[in-house]
Amino acid sequence: MSPLPDLICPAGSLPALKAAVDNGADAVYLGFKNDTNARNFAGLNFDQKSMTEGIRYAHCKGREVLLAINTFAQAGRVADWEKAVDAAVDQGVDAIILADVGLLDYAARKHPQQRLHLSVQGSATSYEAINFCQREFGVRRAVLPRVLTLAQVEHVIKNTTVEIEVFGFGSLCVMNEGRCWLSSYACGESPNTVGACSPAKYVKWDKKPGAMETRLNGILIDRFGDDEPAGYPTLCKGRFEVEGETYYALEEPTSLNVLSILPEILKIGVRAIKVEGRQRSPAYVTQVTRTLRAALDTLASSTERFQVKPAWQAELAKVSEGSQATLGAYNRPWR
Amino acid sequence: MNPSFTIPKFRLPEIIARIGTRLPQWPHALTLVAGLNAALKMKLLPETELALLEDKLFRVRINDTGGEASYTYRNGLFRPVFRPDREPDLAFAANLSAYLQLLARQEDPDTLFFNRELEITGDTELGLIVKNMLDAVEWPSLPQLPLLSR
Repeated sequence: MSPLPDLICPAGSLPALKAAVDNGADAVYLGFKNDTNARNFAGLNFDQKSMTEGIRYAHCKGREVLLAINTFAQAGRVADWEKAVDAAVDQGVDAIILADVGLLDYAARKHPQQRLHLSVQGSATSYEAINFCQREFGVRRAVLPRVLTLAQVEHVIKNTTVEIEVFGFGSLCVMNEGRCWLSSYACGESPNTVGACSPAKYVKWDKKPGAMETRLNGILIDRFGDDEPAGYPTLCKGRFEVEGETYYALEEPTSLNVLSILPEILKIGVRAIKVEGRQRSPAYVTQVTRTLRAALDTLASSTERFQVKPAWQAELAKVSEGSQATLGAYNRPWR
Repeated sequence: MNPSFTIPKFRLPEIIARIGTRLPQWPHALTLVAGLNAALKMKLLPETELALLEDKLFRVRINDTGGEASYTYRNGLFRPVFRPDREPDLAFAANLSAYLQLLARQEDPDTLFFNRELEITGDTELGLIVKNMLDAVEWPSLPQLPLLSR
């Protein structure tokens, strides 16, 4: 039997990191308070002091800390990203999660001992791309974009010795990971340039009688009735009029939830399962980590008799965006 | 906090809001501001983020009690605003149970927002700053009372 995958949980703050560790994460991932990571939101993430304390806390309890430097170095400011890599090494993180090929090269040359992971933003969906990063930069693990079917994930795993990490829970979007410029279309800024999709300064929620309107840089992207669940204010999850009909023309707000296919994920040899949501609060981290830990431990005790408990599904459904969970691309018949 | 204790989702009867809106609102504002200033005094709130709140007008409305409080942050202190002369920069509206669940870190604000139990209007970035600032606070754990320990 394959070893149980590691549970990798998000931390946008020190209390969230502690919540992840206390509730059974094998590793937490986090970022600096700047645009070197793709959750560069006001007030979120770690300064030097809180990161030192977070790493101490996790290591004391035998857990790993992974640091995401998963945006692309911007022209004229490459040194800022290189400094972030150096600072991560100084902090003693267990691995740095990188997307930019230039930065992977810098990190591999300057810090050959440092463990490197390929970020989901690196957009490597084939074993050829992953093996290239292993050969050139010594990448030890790759996080797969959320566009592959389970059979395709298995195909990648069979053809590489790089550890494979997949997403197990969290908000979904149009999933053009590392290559998406939709946010820039509306407001001139996107994850790859400023580290945030639909930055909050462009978002306006207007309460109208019986409805709430969401605007992104003045563009109306959705209108929710009082009883309708709301989603994140991104263009891909907006409702638009297309040939006389108004609907989610790109993507409906949903969350990924792989509980029902955990035995298959274990069987094909996935090394780690990642939870999305560094922007969320310690309460979310507690709920999701606790639930996935319980599911993984149940799986470890008996793969054959594994059954998803309704209480787990209820806990995860509650925190889901759009209040509906899907298997995303994992079970799509088309490729 | 005791993990076995959970705050249920509830909504107070409408009569309470009808009475509540007719009652003076200044006690809510004073209580809230006193709480925030206590957190300031304990240095729980980070200075870089606090600077971004300077002179902003906030309003917290509790739908099912009919209570609301307006306040601002100026020169290192939170101050109640009894007669706001403009729309707030940032406004929250929710039922009492949602606020209690947030305070106890039992529910995540995004969850409550998705489920339409928490309404945030005004300057969204300011809202995010406030949310992330409160999330990052390491609340001191309550002292172990001899009566409660075994």
